[in-house]
Amino acid sequence: MSNIREIKRRIRAISNIQHVTGAMKMVAASRLRRAQSRVWAARPYAQKTAEVAGRLALSPNAQTLPLVASREVKKTAYVLIVGDKGLAGAYNANLIHLTEDRLVKEGQPAGLVVVGRKGLQYFRRRSVEILKYYVDIGDEPDLSLARELARQLMDIFLSGQVDEVNLIYARFISALRNIPQVERLLPIETPSVEGTETIDYIYEPEPVGVLEAILPRYCEVKVYQALLEAKASELSARMVAMESATKNSAEMIEQLTLSFNKARQAAITTELLEVATGAEALKAQG
Amino acid sequence: MSTSRFEVVTPQRRILAEEVESVIAPGAEGYLGVLPRHAPLLTILKPGVVFFRKVGGKTECMAVSGGLLEAGPDKVIILADTAELSWEIDVERARRAKERAEKRLRERYAGLDVARAEFALQRSLARLKAAEGS
Repeated sequence: MSNIREIKRRIRAISNIQHVTGAMKMVAASRLRRAQSRVWAARPYAQKTAEVAGRLALSPNAQTLPLVASREVKKTAYVLIVGDKGLAGAYNANLIHLTEDRLVKEGQPAGLVVVGRKGLQYFRRRSVEILKYYVDIGDEPDLSLARELARQLMDIFLSGQVDEVNLIYARFISALRNIPQVERLLPIETPSVEGTETIDYIYEPEPVGVLEAILPRYCEVKVYQALLEAKASELSARMVAMESATKNSAEMIEQLTLSFNKARQAAITTELLEVATGAEALKAQG
Repeated sequence: MSTSRFEVVTPQRRILAEEVESVIAPGAEGYLGVLPRHAPLLTILKPGVVFFRKVGGKTECMAVSGGLLEAGPDKVIILADTAELSWEIDVERARRAKERAEKRLRERYAGLDVARAEFALQRSLARLKAAEGS
């Protein structure tokens, strides 16, 4: 009997869990929709800025600008962008491992800038130099945060504290797919578009002046884009994780219901048997 | 009359994409007008009002708080830090921002970031002007 009650309790518990994961999935899905549209909305600006910056960087004196000029790399900074919360499948773990791999592989001094509580929780306990951290970004990484972060990164790069800055985040491909990746932020890589049409532009003010104005913006928008993509990836990972959790609990409920029925049937059979034997015994006596 | 494709994008979204007959924008070295078949040009924008004449002759305007303008023979692209079409502007908010900036510049307390206050003043003036011009 206790077995039956036990199974019944478990079914109820799992069905409660299923409700919760189902609700979390719906929440993640609706937030994902918004995050996704923000990613799309931000892309034209990022593209255009990259286009203009790329074209300008080809001009001869661009290579000497401090944000572009590459130097011998003695120390690298990695910017890890992860979530503040868990329950998103392997999303956070994948990015953290990628970062750790990078830190170990390089074997040279490196600093870490962490965005997202999960990353901070992990790396705070390790012997990694954390240059800066940001937590509680919320659902809408706003532009002013991206600007501040970009400015900090440019500062530590320009002051010579580090010689390279890389972003580590999950690129958002679709609701079912994101790719954790390492992307160079500084020094700014100039696309090698040799041979493409070099239009003779009129610059106002002179090219280097324009370039000096556009490069920081380019950095900002790249950071902004990374934050948006990371957020969309996180939400999509959470949605997928919660969906499979919901499915798994449905499966478990099915199995438990089956064993519940079996146990109930067995109990009834035993009872019947008892009644029958009892009756038989009485008849024999009489 | 030929037209240009006029696009305004900010980091958050695309504000506008339309065929226009002319664009007037606050360039680094003063306001400049761009007509179709303009020579390739790239300029920094200051905070100010951008006027554009749509096909058919209706002129509209928007406030930008700085950015870049790229002009080509058949297109004009503005990469704005922020941009608001004249009818989207919150006039009350812009007026408050203007008063705040003016007050700061008048009082000049120690530690005031003058450049920033001036920039804020220019931005709010651009907004008010654009809102009026509609």
